[in-house]
Amino acid sequence: MKVNFGAIVEYIPYLLGGILVTLEIAIAAALLGSLLALVFSLLSRKKGILQFVIKAFIDFFRGTPLLFQLAFFHFGLPQITGIVPTPYVSALIVFSLNSSAYLSEILRAGIDSIDKGQIEAAHALGVKSWDISFSIIIPQALRNVLPAIMNEFITLVKETSVVSMISLTDIMRRQQIVSAATYRFFEPLLVIGAIYLVMNIVLSNIGKVLERKLKYD
Amino acid sequence: MIKLENVSKKFDNTVVLKNVNVEFEPEKTYAIIGSSGAGKSTLLRCINLLEKPTTGKVVIDGVDLTNDKTLLNPIREKIGMVFQNFNLFAHMSAKKNVMFALLKVKKMSKVDAEEEAVKQLTNVGLAHRLDNYPHQLSGGEKQRVAIARALAMHPKAILFDEPTSALDPEMTQEVLKVIKSLNHTGMTNIIVTHEIKFAQEVADIIIFMNNAEILEVTNTKDFFTNPKTERAKEFLSNMI
Repeated sequence: MKVNFGAIVEYIPYLLGGILVTLEIAIAAALLGSLLALVFSLLSRKKGILQFVIKAFIDFFRGTPLLFQLAFFHFGLPQITGIVPTPYVSALIVFSLNSSAYLSEILRAGIDSIDKGQIEAAHALGVKSWDISFSIIIPQALRNVLPAIMNEFITLVKETSVVSMISLTDIMRRQQIVSAATYRFFEPLLVIGAIYLVMNIVLSNIGKVLERKLKYD
Repeated sequence: MIKLENVSKKFDNTVVLKNVNVEFEPEKTYAIIGSSGAGKSTLLRCINLLEKPTTGKVVIDGVDLTNDKTLLNPIREKIGMVFQNFNLFAHMSAKKNVMFALLKVKKMSKVDAEEEAVKQLTNVGLAHRLDNYPHQLSGGEKQRVAIARALAMHPKAILFDEPTSALDPEMTQEVLKVIKSLNHTGMTNIIVTHEIKFAQEVADIIIFMNNAEILEVTNTKDFFTNPKTERAKEFLSNMI
């Protein structure tokens, strides 16, 4: 069979429409995941039962495949809880939790990279722990780990492609639909590959701009 | 008045301070000297509870800091500290370093905090360095920013933890000059130092430590002319 983009031209807007679905999940999960990660990384600095729970949580989400997590949450748990979430809700929850596990480890490394002397100096000035966290530690930690965070966001955009399994019509799912309708794989796959690539090049450039903005040395 | 009562500090099984009793009177300058590992820095760090004593009390103006119910921040606010490694906030300019606690602790307005920061930095000879970041400053300049940061809080006492140990001789002199200018300006100055000559020049009282203990608390003139303990005599003879 010859390559013939003409056969899928009419489906290109439909494929592009998947960008919105993919971005919606990726952005929502990135925001929610970052927020959770921040909370986890700050909480896990204190020793105790909470630290143990957070570690178990992180181990679960880093130690099992994303595809399994999505299947477990969307198909497995409802059997016990009786609550059947919509595919969108399942995707949002799993991706948020999954990226929060990775991001909190990245943030923890960033926090550990801040020299303790600055924290002592702030304590000696009588600064509250809250202000030390948000004005001294986090700004410097974020800046130190920004490349790793951007990396995680890029991974997130790519991994959203597994939501096609729970019938969310993201970019990947739309390719399958188009392929089924036209009996063509090469052309739609090439198109969606290009879409992912462009999205992530844009994302990594945003990261570079941010890095320059946060630079102080 | 700062008072340490029977203060001991252990790190695991190492005794760093052994039953230390000492009082610091207002507006005097103290130099804590002694060989490395004698416990000088730990003693200093117990005063504002950066190190929590294993046993004993730290009492400042009648408030026991070692009591778990005591809020440390209102007291720390009044005790400045200058560190060996400067410990400036790396992501803030010199001016922002000085302004930070004025804004967050003293809740000053931005305009007032900035005015105070410029004043303090000018006083330590850094009027031309306001917007420079720590990594753009020399060691001596960094330490002077740190001193300005402490002074901007208008503390009652100021703790210097080997303020010149990380500096070359020239920078040491520029920092010592600033510390000397603070003498008898209304604050208690407590200086841990290896600069014996400087201690002799600036301190009213010498605290001599050896092996986790205070051996002498003697006024400076007497300490250098007629030390009470054999160990102090030996220490001084090694200095000359």
